[in-house]
Amino acid sequence: MIDTKTDGRVARPAPASPSLSRLLARARRPDILAQAILILVLVIGGWIAASEISANLARLSVKSGYGFLFEEAQFELGESLIPFRAGDSYFRAFAAGLMNTLKVAGIGIVLSTVVGLVIALGQLSPSFVVARACRLYVDVIRNVPLLLQLIFWHTVITSSLPTVRNALSPVDGVFLTNRGLYLPAPIWDPSHMTVLGIAVAALAGAAGLYLLTRRFALSLFVFAAAIALGFVAVGAPLELDTPRLAGFNFKGGWEISPEFGAMLLGLTLYVGAFNAEIIRAGILGVDKGQREAGGALGLKPWQVMRKIILPQALRIILPSITNSYLNLTKESSLAVAIGYPEIVRVSNIAVFETGQAIECISIVMIIYLCLSLITSLILNWLNARAKLVER
Amino acid sequence: MTGALVARLRPLWATPLAAAINLVALALLVWVVPKALDWAIFSAVWSAEDMNGCPASGGACWAFAIAKARLILFGRYVFDEQWRAALGVVILCALVALSLNPRFWRGWLAAAWAGGLAIYAVVMWGGVFGLRYIDSTYWGGLPLTVLLTIFGTFFGILFAIPLALARASGLPVFRFVATVYIELVRGVPLISVLFMASVLIPVILPEGFAPSGLARVLIGLSVFIAAYMAEVLRGGLQAIPAGQIEASRSLGISYFAMMFRVVLPQVFEIVLPPTVSLIIAVLKGTSLVVIVAMLDLLGAAKAALADPKWIGFHVEAYVFAALIYAIMCGSIAWYGRRVEARLSAARRK
Repeated sequence: MIDTKTDGRVARPAPASPSLSRLLARARRPDILAQAILILVLVIGGWIAASEISANLARLSVKSGYGFLFEEAQFELGESLIPFRAGDSYFRAFAAGLMNTLKVAGIGIVLSTVVGLVIALGQLSPSFVVARACRLYVDVIRNVPLLLQLIFWHTVITSSLPTVRNALSPVDGVFLTNRGLYLPAPIWDPSHMTVLGIAVAALAGAAGLYLLTRRFALSLFVFAAAIALGFVAVGAPLELDTPRLAGFNFKGGWEISPEFGAMLLGLTLYVGAFNAEIIRAGILGVDKGQREAGGALGLKPWQVMRKIILPQALRIILPSITNSYLNLTKESSLAVAIGYPEIVRVSNIAVFETGQAIECISIVMIIYLCLSLITSLILNWLNARAKLVER
Repeated sequence: MTGALVARLRPLWATPLAAAINLVALALLVWVVPKALDWAIFSAVWSAEDMNGCPASGGACWAFAIAKARLILFGRYVFDEQWRAALGVVILCALVALSLNPRFWRGWLAAAWAGGLAIYAVVMWGGVFGLRYIDSTYWGGLPLTVLLTIFGTFFGILFAIPLALARASGLPVFRFVATVYIELVRGVPLISVLFMASVLIPVILPEGFAPSGLARVLIGLSVFIAAYMAEVLRGGLQAIPAGQIEASRSLGISYFAMMFRVVLPQVFEIVLPPTVSLIIAVLKGTSLVVIVAMLDLLGAAKAALADPKWIGFHVEAYVFAALIYAIMCGSIAWYGRRVEARLSAARRK
């Protein structure tokens, strides 16, 4: 191993493959010391904090632990996707709150993407007036706190819209009041289950057709036609339940509460402005040559946008917009200020009733952490799929 | 002259579609803008004694905003002493404006901060030099918003520096601890951090220590901002060429001297644009303190609506507050862009 150079000095041995002993030998002693001190500080600090907290909680005679989750909750939620009423467990209350969070976030994500795309295309449109108007929208909305916008929309809905008796009815069957928005809803019929089955089958068929032919419009048409045929074949009734005034409120139909309406409107407009900037940056990030090449091939501008620019822009947009979706989900927690019963509001009421603030808030934090984790897993999977396949 | 004008207007009817969209948009604007202007200016009421002076069917009732301006701007700060809160805002804004420009990153800037903060404390609290003592529970409105934004960012950055260095370090324990902290905090909403700060801090401290509501909110805010700022700094650290670190090592410079004299000054210059965006986000985020019952700009606007002499002017109150927020965020963004342009011009030289 040891070779001698011409001047007779002994050269160092060539570096062997790194092994654990070598790594340890290379690690400097101050580094190990620093890490040991950090661990020590964290452990001692954590221990002191924990004992201090339990001592203080005992002094204030506050219970601790998560056992309260299975006790009876004494409150009602204004609206929930799963049935919940006073007397159900706190666990169920948190579940109902989570469902409400997911509901507003899910619909908000879809709508804010649509708003973002429209505003981004508007900003890039050759029309000067539209571009300026869209730019103004983005600049104003992004510079005003979301909470202010949410409170604003909520106040406008509850104070400026007419009372139930003088409800605003822009279209027949649709009522705008300060108690919420009422829409006609289709009446559920057992035969709709069959139609739903046909729809699932049609979706699978249309997806297969798309994979085979790569013709989106044709697949969509087949999908829609299959559902329409299914309706006719099964003879399923399609009747609408129109909301009507009964006593002091509207009965029947579909009710959108002022809280949910204000949340959805505020989140959609606010996050839509951020999405617009992300999508615009993505579109501008596609090489100019691509657009010119598309034009040279004789594609129309909208075809260039749909078939060449947007698919490539998606690759740039995807990571940022997932982040934006995650922000939307976290920002739905502001609903607590206007009384939409999502997870943070449920937790606040539970704190008020049980006094176990640390447990309740930690449940909220854990749920949001899980949502973040799931989103980033999906993001990584999508990123891996959308990544440019290079030779 | 006309040729230039025609050339500028040509894109307006470049294609039939563009011309059609333009016409539709223009028609919409012609329909909306006069209505909005009429509401905001021409039919607006600028002076009135109380709500009876503002007809319900008329335009905006700015008389309300004018009557309540001091309440919305300063919250519950003692009325006759509100000039002190205004002066405090000016001091803080001047310090931040100086600090955002890398040309002023010298020793005297730290001295300016120390002096400025001392004056600020005297002006806001008082109790010396014949100034009346005003407890921090009475601070509110715009001064509170500015205070939370600037001190939140300040402490956030201070805490973010060791976090970012730990996350970028080669020592696994440091990296792990920093990564867990950053990802945990970034995964939860700000409001839950603020709630946690307001319930956890009093019980974590020994009996007798009860930090004020302002201190609790500020701690929660700083803890939250630090995680985001650490990620911003990490981006900057990654942009520093490895050669610089190797050069410092080979010169035998210690780790801390290398970081604080060679690496971090460059990092802060690189991360100036994302830091400006973060400050804007923080400014908007401070409005959340309303939920933990503090009277910042948004809270004061809400409080102004409670007067029985003025009922139903929520649109005016929120538009007024929104305008102030928009002006502040807009001017921070404008200043950030200007510094960035100067910097990139200086780099090209």
